[in-house]
Amino acid sequence: MSFTLEQSPTTGDEVITNYTINFGPQHPAAHGVLRMVLELDGEIIERVDPHVGLLHRGTEKLIENKTYLQALPYFDRLDYCSPLGMEHSYVLAIEKLLNVEVPLRGQYLRVLFAELTRICNHMLNMGSHVMDVGAMTPNLWLFEIREDCLNFFERASGARMHSAWFRPGGVHQDVPQALLDDLGAWLDDRLPRLFEDAMSLVIDNRIFKQRNVDIAKVSKEDALAWGFSGPMIRAAGIPWDIRKAQPYDVYDRMDFEVPVGTNSDCYDRFMVRVEEVRQSARIMKQCLRDMPSGPVASTDGKVSPPKRAEMKQSMESLIHHFKLYTEGFHVPAGEVYVATESPKGEFGVYLVSDGSNKPYRCKIRPTAFSHLQAMDFMCKGHMLPDATAILGAIDVVFGECDR
Amino acid sequence: MSKVLHSAPRCAPNDGVVDALTKALGKLAISAREEHGEVVITVAREGIVDALKLLRDKHEYQQLMEMAGVDYPDRAERFEVVYMLLSVTKNHRLLVKVSAAEDTPVPSVTGLWPNAGWLEREVFDMYGVVFDGNPDLRRILTDYGFEGHPFRKDFPLTGYVELRYSHEEQRVVYEPVKLAQDLRQFDFLSPWEGADYVLPGDEKAEGGKA
Repeated sequence: MSFTLEQSPTTGDEVITNYTINFGPQHPAAHGVLRMVLELDGEIIERVDPHVGLLHRGTEKLIENKTYLQALPYFDRLDYCSPLGMEHSYVLAIEKLLNVEVPLRGQYLRVLFAELTRICNHMLNMGSHVMDVGAMTPNLWLFEIREDCLNFFERASGARMHSAWFRPGGVHQDVPQALLDDLGAWLDDRLPRLFEDAMSLVIDNRIFKQRNVDIAKVSKEDALAWGFSGPMIRAAGIPWDIRKAQPYDVYDRMDFEVPVGTNSDCYDRFMVRVEEVRQSARIMKQCLRDMPSGPVASTDGKVSPPKRAEMKQSMESLIHHFKLYTEGFHVPAGEVYVATESPKGEFGVYLVSDGSNKPYRCKIRPTAFSHLQAMDFMCKGHMLPDATAILGAIDVVFGECDR
Repeated sequence: MSKVLHSAPRCAPNDGVVDALTKALGKLAISAREEHGEVVITVAREGIVDALKLLRDKHEYQQLMEMAGVDYPDRAERFEVVYMLLSVTKNHRLLVKVSAAEDTPVPSVTGLWPNAGWLEREVFDMYGVVFDGNPDLRRILTDYGFEGHPFRKDFPLTGYVELRYSHEEQRVVYEPVKLAQDLRQFDFLSPWEGADYVLPGDEKAEGGKA
């Protein structure tokens, strides 16, 4: 018995080669300016080469040329979806070098607004993740909550997004009691109502599950090796949350749970964020309940500026004010690496001081950098449309990734 | 160390870590110290891979969270590369440093942590430190075709080229930087403390000449 090979439908001198496409830099699912060179075999991704840096603004270099206080607003502009989370690492790094004490009310306010930032950030990410895999409505519904969050930021700091409200030594200004009352009412009623309503559309949705379950599974070992953090490492089943493990400010007084995933796929990453929103609301309620009265910023006149009224009365306060807003404070020489749990993962600041009023070096550790680097190995073998789901579940923002 | 007043992240205490790690690293470690609550270990450049492998495998520092380059132009080997390690089991952080010059490559640690690839690319891009063994040492954050290493202290803040869209040529063109006014560099250092220059006019008092 003999076999004859079936003739190839092609003429013979045609070779089927892999197909390379360019994704971005302007693409609605790229969450900013990301260029990815994708090598495809049919519709299967063989290789991904993300090109980052299209939004590189040299923030770290600019910071070296500013005083410590002037450099603060740059942090709002890193991850513009969660500005206060970025400021948190920076002010804590300065405080660690200065070894300055933050009054309890200041710490509570920071935790309160850091968690509000987390909710705000997750609304944007979850909404856009859902939209990346094809659903429009939940995004619009979640933006309603985000709008509420931004209004709260505006009432606290005067700015909807770029608050510059956390300052070395505390926060810039105290918040009115009415704002805290409204926040409490919002947490009790409006947030759970809107959020659970929107989630009821998504969580058990067949299409959403088909697009996300078993996509980009990452083992615990890989998650550690690739430097994952935040929801990405928790979805892999590692209960690592800096707020819990290395508490800063008053997180050690808070009672909250760290959700972890079981399957380590895009769906788990989404669900970890869903639960984090509920836990953030829980932390915020505890903050509102336990917040003491008192000063909101350090009473050390060499670090935080005096009140306006004091300046009119006291010569010393006037001098402090003048010195702080011209020369700024000097930070003792040394180096620290301070990382906090920003909504996207570990956001770190490596601050080197030479003892002057400007940072000698300020290295920012973006969360998206390590995650995006793993795109290649996460996408391998998946279909082209899965790339957007994977990217959405990473939660990238290029202001932060490219600095 | 003085009392801890700040509220920065509190990881596991550093008690005994410096001694234990210097003993474990032996000849690989040049110096180790604890300052501002951070454990900083300086390692010989050739031994960085062995040192980090030892720390990862024997001392549970599983994650390489970040790599930073720092430029100290006055030093013989002007760059420092800092590796931030994290142990999720011991809940501890560690800073490991090596020094390097422009022409002395640092051994790559991509074999230990795959995410070192981009981190090393970034240090290379910004400072020009070469990593020996990195399979893909391209620029990462700067523009395609960029020249120079912008985070070096001697690189000007304004850079050398600027780009604009040219309607005549229908493409983006690169031109040398032209500033409409001088770059404003405010110097707020108090002349009585910290400033190391002569204020205009002060030389009259010092010199005593007419």
